[in-house]
Amino acid sequence: MGTAENAVEIRNVTKRFPGVVASNGANLCVRRGEIHALLGENGAGKSTLMNMLTGLIRPDSGEILINGERVSMRSPADAIALGIGMVHQHFRLVQTFTVAENITLGMPTPRFRLDMAPIEREVSEFSARYGLEVNPRAKVWQLSVGEQQRVEIIKMLYRGVRVLILDEPTAVLTPNEVKELFDTMRRMAAAGETLIFISHKLDEVMSISDRVTVLRAGKDVFTADTASTNVRELASKMVGRELAPPPERPRGVFGRPVLEVDGLKALGDRGEMALKGLSLTVREGEIHGIAGVAGNGQRELAETITGLRRALEGKVVINGKDYTNRRPRAIIEAGVSHIPEDRLGMGLAGNLPLTDNAIMKDYREDEIGPGMVIDSGRATAWTRDLVSRFQVKAPTLRTPVRLLSGGNSQKLLLAREATHDHNVVVAVHPTRGLDVGATEAVHDVLLAQRSSGVGILLISEDLEELIVLCDRISVMFEGKIIGSLEREDVDIDRIGLMMAGIDPQGAAHGKGADQVEAGV
Amino acid sequence: MGNSSMLVSILAAAVSSGTPILFAALGELIAESAGVMNLGVEGMMLAGAVTGFLASVRTGNLLLGVVAALLAGGLLALLHAFMCITLKVNQVVSGLALTLFGTGVSGYLGKSVIGVPLPNHFTSVPLPLLSKIPLVGQVLFNHDWLVYLSFLIVPALWYLFYRTRPGLHLRAVGESPQTADALGVNVFRIRYVSVVVGGMLAGLGGAYLSLAYAPSWIENMTAGRGWIAVALVIFAVWNPVRALAGSYLFGGVDAMGFRIQALGVRVPSFFLKMMPYVFTIVVLILITASSSKQSSRAPEALGVPYERE
Repeated sequence: MGTAENAVEIRNVTKRFPGVVASNGANLCVRRGEIHALLGENGAGKSTLMNMLTGLIRPDSGEILINGERVSMRSPADAIALGIGMVHQHFRLVQTFTVAENITLGMPTPRFRLDMAPIEREVSEFSARYGLEVNPRAKVWQLSVGEQQRVEIIKMLYRGVRVLILDEPTAVLTPNEVKELFDTMRRMAAAGETLIFISHKLDEVMSISDRVTVLRAGKDVFTADTASTNVRELASKMVGRELAPPPERPRGVFGRPVLEVDGLKALGDRGEMALKGLSLTVREGEIHGIAGVAGNGQRELAETITGLRRALEGKVVINGKDYTNRRPRAIIEAGVSHIPEDRLGMGLAGNLPLTDNAIMKDYREDEIGPGMVIDSGRATAWTRDLVSRFQVKAPTLRTPVRLLSGGNSQKLLLAREATHDHNVVVAVHPTRGLDVGATEAVHDVLLAQRSSGVGILLISEDLEELIVLCDRISVMFEGKIIGSLEREDVDIDRIGLMMAGIDPQGAAHGKGADQVEAGV
Repeated sequence: MGNSSMLVSILAAAVSSGTPILFAALGELIAESAGVMNLGVEGMMLAGAVTGFLASVRTGNLLLGVVAALLAGGLLALLHAFMCITLKVNQVVSGLALTLFGTGVSGYLGKSVIGVPLPNHFTSVPLPLLSKIPLVGQVLFNHDWLVYLSFLIVPALWYLFYRTRPGLHLRAVGESPQTADALGVNVFRIRYVSVVVGGMLAGLGGAYLSLAYAPSWIENMTAGRGWIAVALVIFAVWNPVRALAGSYLFGGVDAMGFRIQALGVRVPSFFLKMMPYVFTIVVLILITASSSKQSSRAPEALGVPYERE
């Protein structure tokens, strides 16, 4: 039996998926009425653990106790009935329905006739009690992201959920909305609700949680009262070792600039200014890393350089020539290879075989087929050569690439981009979601490219990766480069502060400063 | 015949000519609101028309004919539901197959009754008092029972969709089955029921043609009305009341064609037969184009099979 003071107890659960152990004997103990932070890097097993707690997936072994009782859940609805609900990163809301309609959706009563007025009143009461301001009659598509998140929270409270899991709730919010969310969370905890707060942002964890558990490689490696630990300790637990200084390597030989970005401005998908006058330079033989918390304009930067997003102002200069707002094909022909963030969405066509994907950029070359024709014999030979050189493991060359593992599809993508005639690479999170072996292979390719004189812009959230690979690291914050460090001068603390919007050498920038003050 | 009585007779004919399309469109509207497109409407209408007619001829009972038509339409729809919801087959392909199947089978089954008269058929039953209202009474309340039934279905469906929990859940399943499922709504059951009920209404639309409108069996007698019903649902932006207006619009132009011919105006008859189809589509396109974007959108998950992650 578990102790009744624990709202949730997860004991030694294991979950295997084909090829990976997502959860490997993990434990989690959450006390009633506390805000418990669950910390870990991408792929540490946070989502798997929470999906088991909300009935989306079932553990292979181990047990889950709610209020001291062993439970078995088959669906999110089961979990909600047990008082456990989750607010996902991607909201589960019906866009065309009103707030109140979304909240009453799936409830057993009233059984038939729906009078929205009393439901709307109840929703308003919940709003008022927890400071979750939202108009119950508004249609969801009219709401801001922050408001939609509030609807999700009310939806769970309305169902009597006593344990609320928030999956990286701040990732989509503005600093001001983060402040409001934290106020709400404190109010909920004071009212006796239990909250599990999933995050990989250390400052937020420090400021909001009562206790914290760190997950690494599917296991819980550390649990402590937040007050008795600090950012540095948590960071080292997350990574597994103290972040080492960059390994020694001879200073690179940098040639002329191959990619120059000057005063670039561009809009994000929601019409906000995502790039606010950004400038940077990548030289021959240099790996220039871009660090930063996700959502500070990294994706927009890569897309604007590669011609997929319109620049409003500023210039993109490739090999000395202005390529601002040129078509993607012109930019490819100017010598830019692109390793996009979403490899199966943007980089590869999942349903097509390896061969078609491999020749997708070079099908116009004579090696593959003269004129309009693609010579399938030559295409196959071309692909076979790439596959063997880059050690892509695939059943056959006719296999659709969506059936390949993440590592092998990424290797294929790299193979295509690296053999294409180019001297600039724009790589976005090239190792995200890959296992150790595949990550190493990707790193080797990038380093080999560097040695052959290619200039690489490497956008990554993985600090360790940046430190190991880069000749220079710039930190992006709110659409700008906030600061830049040469390999020799790399200082983790400084990078961390810059990622939070503070340049220790200069003044605090923008809204981020308030966020940190409010947070810590 | 005076001008006003000419108008009344055209409007009354618009209602009866629009009714089979209305039934079918309402059926399709239910299925599509739950996220399942069924292009088999034409086939289900024909199946309903022929089975309704056969059952009525054999038993001499019109009501049994209607029941047979409901069953036939529902059964074909069940096949579609199984293909699309359980086996997750492409909905367009399955629907087209259903239309081809219904057309072929109805032709085959109906061979023996071509030209056979019905022992009795649905006739106009003027509603007491209501039919005495000038103009409106003659247009709306001097019809057979099936037309009156359709009058009831439209508001009932509107009420179900927008004022009840089953309606809310049905629409949620068509918009975002993931969301509905996560909250414990049974996506598969709602989709099955919607598709089958939709097919029953299509069958009823077919029976209206063979038991009331014609009343006789002629091979392929739906003459594309099933397709008009499918188009109507889109242009009616999945709103039952708009579907009613669209159906009567089609019926009105159809009825006008007959009158024009009867008056001896020299217009090719093929042109007149084409008019209601063209006119309906054009008017509905204009309406859709002028309404706001948010209100004219299809159910988000329409045509997408639902799979749990």
